[in-house]
Amino acid sequence: MRKERKSVRILWIGVCLFFLYFPLIIMAVFSFNDAKSLTHFSGFSFKWYGSLFENTQLLDAVLVSVSIAIIATIVSTILGTITAIALSKSKKIVRTSILQVNNLPIMNPEIVTAIALMLFFSFANIEKGYMTMLLAHIAFCTPYVITNVLPKVKQLDPHLADAAMDLGATPFQTLMKVIIPQIKPGILAGALFAFTMSFDDFIISYFVSGNGVENISIVVYNMTKRLNPSIYALSTIVLVVILFALLIGTFVPYILVKRKGVKMNEEVN
Amino acid sequence: MKKLIELENLTKEFNGQVVLKGIHLDIHENEFMTLLGPSGCGKTTTLRIIGGFEEASAGEVLFDGIDISKLPPHKREINTVFQKYALFPHMNVHDNIAFGLKIKKMDKSIIDQKVLKILTLVGLENYGNRHISQLSGGQQQRVAIARALVNEPKVLLLDEPLGALDLKLRKAMQVELKNIQKEVGITFIYVTHDQEEALTMSDTIVVMNDGAIQQIGTPTDIYNEPENRFVAKFIGESNIVEGLFVKDFLVEFDGQQFVCVDKGFDEGQEVDIVLRPEDLDIVEVGQGKIEGVISSILFKGVHYEIMVETSERTYTVHTTDINEIGKKVNLDFWPEDIHVMEKMGTY
Repeated sequence: MRKERKSVRILWIGVCLFFLYFPLIIMAVFSFNDAKSLTHFSGFSFKWYGSLFENTQLLDAVLVSVSIAIIATIVSTILGTITAIALSKSKKIVRTSILQVNNLPIMNPEIVTAIALMLFFSFANIEKGYMTMLLAHIAFCTPYVITNVLPKVKQLDPHLADAAMDLGATPFQTLMKVIIPQIKPGILAGALFAFTMSFDDFIISYFVSGNGVENISIVVYNMTKRLNPSIYALSTIVLVVILFALLIGTFVPYILVKRKGVKMNEEVN
Repeated sequence: MKKLIELENLTKEFNGQVVLKGIHLDIHENEFMTLLGPSGCGKTTTLRIIGGFEEASAGEVLFDGIDISKLPPHKREINTVFQKYALFPHMNVHDNIAFGLKIKKMDKSIIDQKVLKILTLVGLENYGNRHISQLSGGQQQRVAIARALVNEPKVLLLDEPLGALDLKLRKAMQVELKNIQKEVGITFIYVTHDQEEALTMSDTIVVMNDGAIQQIGTPTDIYNEPENRFVAKFIGESNIVEGLFVKDFLVEFDGQQFVCVDKGFDEGQEVDIVLRPEDLDIVEVGQGKIEGVISSILFKGVHYEIMVETSERTYTVHTTDINEIGKKVNLDFWPEDIHVMEKMGTY
């Protein structure tokens, strides 16, 4: 009886995983297809990967996506962290109202944010291109950093900062040597979030960029109009990159803790 | 002894609520001073103002004669042991203690030497590499003290540092703290609500209530000669009786006149009189001063707490003698057991 139930459970999980991952696997497999067909796998080849690297438009797009993701992550992480620390010290009414405003872009359909940003840049008469895309990315990444960092800041013992200053640390030294190390997990989670959000963003980027500046998502979208298995190759690469980012995000803290744990045990013995 | 810190007319308001009502206090070199009072009396606020974590609404903090009221905490030659230790959880014991020295950019070899020396002082020689989470409450306490002392401050502030420890450990740490203070020879300003702790460790006790100082004195003074009803009630148990000061060395209460050792009050002035439970004796009828009946007996370990009902009130007596409930007895005491104090509002 119990065994049956267990097998049902495993079957159910299997079905779920199948529906989640099978399309991805199909895409990855067909990116190695010899022919252009989407139904017949006629032979293994790196042809489409090769054609990717001959496509300068695409290489430019990769450069844009990566550089924007990195810069947006750094800027929004710093901005978000500082804001979270300030929010934790401010009055409750200020904090709750700012958090509500902060949640708006997260809850809002992306298309609304996209159109709003597009209108804003037109209104402010800023020429659309790399800069507008970067600004938009920073704008929509920062709220995610704030929501990730704030709980960690709130958990912080308020006397830690007092103690650091008591021992002669200036407010800036206190921030760098005591506060930041304490909230590091939140900052890392926020940064990872920001990076993935920025890297795979399509809608907002599509609306706010111009003058031929395109990121990977935009290029892929344009390519779907003319069927080309290069898209699969590109998507597979993106998939692998994101997968690696996730793996690092999941296992690095675990490994760090484990290593520290081992060290601690050695000291005890 | 030389004055090290002077508080002048220190006043503090939080959102229109006055928590300190103009404190005047001199703190000397090498003094172990305790700020004692119930929660909300302003003792911690006073400490935080001295440490620089709060700014006074009015008044001055003089350090060696120089006003430091506007100086931020990291520029003061004062270190603090916080209530819940506030050790840095991401550093080990050594790095926690070395924090202040590293900020001052000292040589690594000097830092290591100083840390080792201070760890020896607090009895944690081999704990340098331990993680904070691996320490017991008592050990964390010692690290917190070491972390403050290693900077060789002129003044150490301690905010109820033993509050989180169990009774036995607390008693041991009281003795240890006092020894550490003697050894390093600096001023300790200690905040507590535990009167016994204050009596055990202090050179000077400052009793505070309601944002004002009630009495400043040595533990013996505070215990034996409380200046008012609040101090008498807060420090130990006591029978407080309303009476009349007839003339020097003579008071009247419970309808009788008694010889005492106090003088200097106005003749006929209304006063409060303190009779400590351990100063009262239960004797046979006819041999004492006040008549009464034993109404209850509680065993307290070292002594019995006995309630004696008289015609005017119920007295609490601490004694090691065995008695029985319902027995008619007399209460007896010596002239020096009568402590006369100024009458104040009732607390």
